[in-house]
Amino acid sequence: MGSGALFIAVFLACVVEAVEALTIVLAAGTSRDWRSAIMGVLAGVVALALIVAALGPALTAVPLESLRLVVGGLLLIFGLQWLRKAILRASGLKALHDEEAIFRTQVAAASAAQADRRGVIGDWYAFTLSFKGVVLEGLEVAFIALTFGANQGDIPLAAFAAVAAVLIVAAVGIAVRAPLARVPENTMKLVVGVMLTSFGIFWAAEGAGAQWPGSDAALLVVIPSVAVFALLLVGALRRHTGAGATGKGRFARAFR
Amino acid sequence: MIPRLKAFFAFWYDFVVGDDWRVAVGVVIALALTYTVGTTSIPAWWILPVAVVVLLLLTLWRVVRGQSSGPPTDGQ
Repeated sequence: MGSGALFIAVFLACVVEAVEALTIVLAAGTSRDWRSAIMGVLAGVVALALIVAALGPALTAVPLESLRLVVGGLLLIFGLQWLRKAILRASGLKALHDEEAIFRTQVAAASAAQADRRGVIGDWYAFTLSFKGVVLEGLEVAFIALTFGANQGDIPLAAFAAVAAVLIVAAVGIAVRAPLARVPENTMKLVVGVMLTSFGIFWAAEGAGAQWPGSDAALLVVIPSVAVFALLLVGALRRHTGAGATGKGRFARAFR
Repeated sequence: MIPRLKAFFAFWYDFVVGDDWRVAVGVVIALALTYTVGTTSIPAWWILPVAVVVLLLLTLWRVVRGQSSGPPTDGQ
């Protein structure tokens, strides 16, 4: 249960963030300079690897109860952010994340910027755009992977899930050379939000000294309960906004 | 220097706290309550699930109330 959930949460979170980073890198590469954009990606990956290498061992050194209290609390705050946004998007109260629109905006901004060479970097704008895209999107995934991994005592599995997701998204991105607009990002964000919130509730309560009925088996109740509650909220909000009155097709598209 | 420091703290605030600071404050209060109740003989495991229900309802209600006359916000 724990390892499977760990893998799913980290893998899905990483796919979502990798798709968003890919859109930015594609915009930098196609509208500016591929070499500088790829150097930005490599520099971003190295920066993230250094952060993970520094924080990973530090997290495993913290006593488990304190780790669960602090990290569980942070995961809960994080999970509620993801869940809130996913519910608002699914109910039509927040515009859906549109990779093609973001790509067009990034390309327009990149095309208008002036060229600037710095050292071995042929196009500083393309380099920094890619670097920021990878680091900012990757930081959230690094946090999720490290905290889940440390709490479950399996950072290598979390790292494997993250690397697998990045490699898959990168391979598909290289193959299609376009933003991955058909990836159901909003559904995946809802699932990740449910996982982060559920594990946040479980670990933070344990860290604060609470005893769960049934111990780890309580997660089998907490995760579906959070998921059902989120779906009920989506249904209620869609009825409130009138978005749910147009049939199953539109409801299904809301989760794309 | 000061604008960079402001941007640095704004990034971490946005990263950790997000769009609604009340959710973060609510989680901290619920954790403190769990810890306090956990030191007694009363079970404390139910406090965080209840807090999640209340916090989600409150934060979504604020958005619904605020957006009743405006268009959806962006998709970032």
